[in-house]
Amino acid sequence: MFDYSVLDRAIEKFGNEEKSLIAVLQEAQENYRYLPKEIFPYLAEKLNVSEAKIFGVATFYENFSLEQKGKYVIKVCDGTACHVRHSVPILEALRKELGLSEEKKTTDDLMFTVETVACLGACSSAPAITLNNEIYPTMTPESAVALVKSIIEKEGK
Amino acid sequence: MSEYMIIDGIKAEINGEKNVLELARKVGIEIPAFCYDPDLSIYGACRMCMFEDERGRLDAACSTIPKAGMVIKTNTAKLRKYRKMILELLLANHCRDCTTCHMSGKCKLQEFAYKFNIENVRFPNNSCSLSSDQSSYSIVRTPSKCILCGKCVRMCNEIQSVGAIDYAFRGSKMKISTAFDGDIANSPCVGCGQCAAVCPTGAITIRDDADLVWKAIGNPEIEVSVQVAPAVRVGLGEEFGFKEGENVMGKLITALREMGFDKVYDTNIGADLTIVEESNELIHRITKGGKLPMFTSCCPAWIRFAEDKYPELLDNISTCRSPMQMLASTIKATYTGEKKHIHVAIMPCSAKKDEARRDKFKDKDGNPLVDYVLSTQDVVRMIREHGIHFAQLEESLPDVPFKEYTGASVIFGASGGVMEAALRTAVETITGEKLGDVEFKEVRGMEGVKEAEYDVKGLKVKVAVVSGLKNASIICDKVKAGEADYQFIEIMSCPGGCVNGGGQPFVDAFTRSAVDYKGLRASGLYNTDADMSSRKSHENSAVMELYNNFFGEIGGHKAHELLHTHYEPKKK
Repeated sequence: MFDYSVLDRAIEKFGNEEKSLIAVLQEAQENYRYLPKEIFPYLAEKLNVSEAKIFGVATFYENFSLEQKGKYVIKVCDGTACHVRHSVPILEALRKELGLSEEKKTTDDLMFTVETVACLGACSSAPAITLNNEIYPTMTPESAVALVKSIIEKEGK
Repeated sequence: MSEYMIIDGIKAEINGEKNVLELARKVGIEIPAFCYDPDLSIYGACRMCMFEDERGRLDAACSTIPKAGMVIKTNTAKLRKYRKMILELLLANHCRDCTTCHMSGKCKLQEFAYKFNIENVRFPNNSCSLSSDQSSYSIVRTPSKCILCGKCVRMCNEIQSVGAIDYAFRGSKMKISTAFDGDIANSPCVGCGQCAAVCPTGAITIRDDADLVWKAIGNPEIEVSVQVAPAVRVGLGEEFGFKEGENVMGKLITALREMGFDKVYDTNIGADLTIVEESNELIHRITKGGKLPMFTSCCPAWIRFAEDKYPELLDNISTCRSPMQMLASTIKATYTGEKKHIHVAIMPCSAKKDEARRDKFKDKDGNPLVDYVLSTQDVVRMIREHGIHFAQLEESLPDVPFKEYTGASVIFGASGGVMEAALRTAVETITGEKLGDVEFKEVRGMEGVKEAEYDVKGLKVKVAVVSGLKNASIICDKVKAGEADYQFIEIMSCPGGCVNGGGQPFVDAFTRSAVDYKGLRASGLYNTDADMSSRKSHENSAVMELYNNFFGEIGGHKAHELLHTHYEPKKK
């Protein structure tokens, strides 16, 4: 049985109407780490919107994912400031270390997801990345890989 | 004092037009547009309808409210350059197989590319996949022909509240999609075809079944009979130079015989049969305390809609089969010929194509009672393909025994027609007296929701007539909440009823704002009714003969077996 209680609490909080859709989806994304198929008919009924509309919203915003994301989500900023201070090599180093690519964003063990983001708003710390929404400033390919390795080690224990 | 604005030097009086585009059309200036439709909300996506003001600024005519003193031009060098660029970009992203496209000759993109003299597209074409979604019996979707005008989405959501499709993905990857990009047949789509009726290109079209029918006609071993629905006769003529709403049934029958159909019948007799059964059911429900209000059951898209969204109201829907199915089961059950018998129905409707495939409407061997359904559009193409000069044809009459009909049946094609036909029979049956005036004008007209209350010898009968599924859902919600005290509700999915069905000849957006084509088609039916000597279904002697010789009692055992059905909630 799928657990809908997360959605019920979110709907309680934001109201059972169409305009609550994005807020409810954000709660769902946070809790399940993606938007499972099961929530579509449930939300369609509760918020009185079509599943096609929810699908449209879910595919419009980068923040929503239809595939499960890893426990650790790393966002590599590729905004102008980070880009000119060499963010691309950081991204490439992370992908190589974890066996990921532009198409394959999440490791098979659902531990890591590596994505790019247009701007983190941390231009003064460029090049910056975030790990589960925590900022790591002035990174290098080496320091990024070291960060990943430290997590793998911690999780291995 | 009246207010004016100046469009291309023409003084245009402002009378509450909702935008500059409509006002321009009123003074005879056609500003090109893809995404604007008078019945839908304003989207402003295509940017074709830009105008230039005195200071050289550009704005979209569809989303600008006319203001007194405005001076604009709709066709300047700057605008022409921009429009050509828009067209080139759309064409670069469009599968340009015009010669083999279903919409060739009616496509807006094709028309504008010609009008704006686009002879060279400077950008590489990156959309030539012809893969299409063929999963539905009613409509076909070909995404590579979509220009993202969004009319289908607005129709499906705003007018029909079905919500089968919406915009998905983003930027250059954006497309019109069902949830999870699945097959349309597995979506909430009810097959009404109104999306295809507003699609300016060939991205959504009504499924064409003409080839299957040609094959049957061409086989001498097969007897092919055909029935023609009421709304077809007032729509088809538009394609052959007749005025909107002109009844061309006589010529159509001649054309069908020339094409090789063995027997041509009129769905109208099925409609009379429906009224006899349905008014009997209504009276039974009212006097014996059955479930009320009773909903009509003629419209297959409404049935799909109810099975999906209002399963708790299924017992309120009349168990009567639609006129098409009633006539088909009668024709098949009384057929005595030796040859294999194929029955075809010509309908203004795309949902009928789906209705004919329902398991409940198959014979004991699993063959559909209606083997093929042709839309009005399909038949127009077949007539052209056969090389018939339609306008010059003599008129002829349908074949016996399914020929005789009353005025009550012919008005089925307009919103309110089924209600009026049922009232004529029900009121006479309840009172036992002849009606002085058979016209129930309160339920006529193209409004989406109509209500009326009648005093039938002390018995109050309150009725509602609804077209468009959004309107239907408003009424259904009221019924569910116990806030509606109607006894009888007619529901048609397409705004205005079957005259505006998804399978009818295509009417472009410009004509949709300029001409009341729905009203004109409906008047064609009401005029035919007014000319009839017999205007009440229960006075159809052919129908009564069928009861005497074949069905037995009205609402009896055999009638139930052949003329009624039941509904089941959609499996999810």
